[in-house]
Amino acid sequence: MRLMRYLLSALLLYSGQASAECLTRGTGDMGIVIERAAGSVQVVDRRAHRALFRIEGLGDLSHASAVYSPDERYAYIFGRDGGLTRIDILCGTITHRVVQGGNSIGGAISQDGNLIAVSNYEPGGVKVFAASDLRLIADIPATPVNSEKRSKTVGLVDAGEQRFVYSLYDTGETWILDMSDPANPVIQKHEKIGQLPYDALITRDGRYYIAGLFGQDGLALLDLWHPERGTRLILEDYGKGEQKLPVYKMPHLEGWAMAGNRAFLPGVGHHQVLVVERGEWNTLAKIPVYGQPVFVMARPDGRQIWVNFAFPDNDTIQVIDTETLKVVKTLKPGKGALHMEFAPRGEEVWISIRDKDEVQVYDTRKLQLTHTLPVAKPSGIFFTARAHTTGL
Amino acid sequence: MPKIIAVMTALLIAGIGSAMSAEIPSQRQSELLYLLKHDCGSCHGMRLEGGLGPALTARRLAPYGVEFLALTIIQGRPGTPMPPWRPFISEPEAQWLAQQLKQGIRP
Repeated sequence: MRLMRYLLSALLLYSGQASAECLTRGTGDMGIVIERAAGSVQVVDRRAHRALFRIEGLGDLSHASAVYSPDERYAYIFGRDGGLTRIDILCGTITHRVVQGGNSIGGAISQDGNLIAVSNYEPGGVKVFAASDLRLIADIPATPVNSEKRSKTVGLVDAGEQRFVYSLYDTGETWILDMSDPANPVIQKHEKIGQLPYDALITRDGRYYIAGLFGQDGLALLDLWHPERGTRLILEDYGKGEQKLPVYKMPHLEGWAMAGNRAFLPGVGHHQVLVVERGEWNTLAKIPVYGQPVFVMARPDGRQIWVNFAFPDNDTIQVIDTETLKVVKTLKPGKGALHMEFAPRGEEVWISIRDKDEVQVYDTRKLQLTHTLPVAKPSGIFFTARAHTTGL
Repeated sequence: MPKIIAVMTALLIAGIGSAMSAEIPSQRQSELLYLLKHDCGSCHGMRLEGGLGPALTARRLAPYGVEFLALTIIQGRPGTPMPPWRPFISEPEAQWLAQQLKQGIRP
């Protein structure tokens, strides 16, 4: 029924729009929403709370993510099936598309906006493309696991100085890929960082790269101001002696929230959000929450942390006050609350509600629902302001 | 409505007729397939072609028996991210799911 409602409204919305006509406007208040099951993307006006275009034919978009060109006109979408698609959000069209791998997990754009790197599970490695036309610039295979397989690559981020940083899941490594000279990529390998790194993040200033480890306690930290010092384990004691719960969805570290000098991160296998002091990386507090956190995201001013949860608790969102470290609101937006994206100045947050086929918009001051947009099986939401943030 | 059609199609493709399916009500079957697509899919890929977890295609699963797969669903695989689904899936349901996978279902 919801799908029918969605299709009808979509039909009404898009029928009035001549497909070849491009918009003449700024893009700073625009964004995209991934429709994970349909393999399509909606281009949205985030202030008008409405869709502008729907772009189809992007393949398998489960776990899809996106980055923006520096001019905020083009979005690069990384699909699960290895598809890399460049879309023009002013025209609602696909400008370039390549299927660059068998199975991929995400990507990043270089500091200067000229290179797009994609992280692949199959075949394991990273490929780098020209942002202008998606032609292949470099192919960097990962460490072999056996004669047939190479390590999966995860947690790919852009760091400063034309570097990309990523980790190798099967072999427990972090690699820094320096693309300063695109014709001669330079790789610096950090081995034995810990067991089974599954995702990673880079702090907004681009200094710290931190990989989450599934195979052991703790996280692997690399100081990119001093890569020669190698990685070190932080929060090693976390989880020790405590019974971990089964993990029904791996947490995402990309949204790792920094508020002031504190970092907030999802506890793996625990119904907790960890509060950690930046620099020393000691645990300051453990905040009990409703379920196992997936995304732990700070409102841009750092005053609130919004948390969503893994199956079977993915019908709930909680809001934490960063001064009192208390949960101040528990929302029940619907099953499959998969992703959240704040307006760049934080007045609103958009939340994908998969099982309701809608995106809900909340006023973050009143903590109230203000708008609902029909979107088929929505997952990732990406606003154009990401174009100017390291690691996004 | 489209969901029902999808499930019907899936059932036809899978050639259900065994005694096993009779024990799982059709409503529950569709819930299980939705779970397979969207929740198992977050690691195994929505098309079950693999992700952090291995592909769950009939070809990939050919070396394993239904019993083993059902047990994997119920108990998980210690040392890997595969969790035990026992709190949410019963043993007959896991058997049914394992059969679907062996027969090459694409939810």
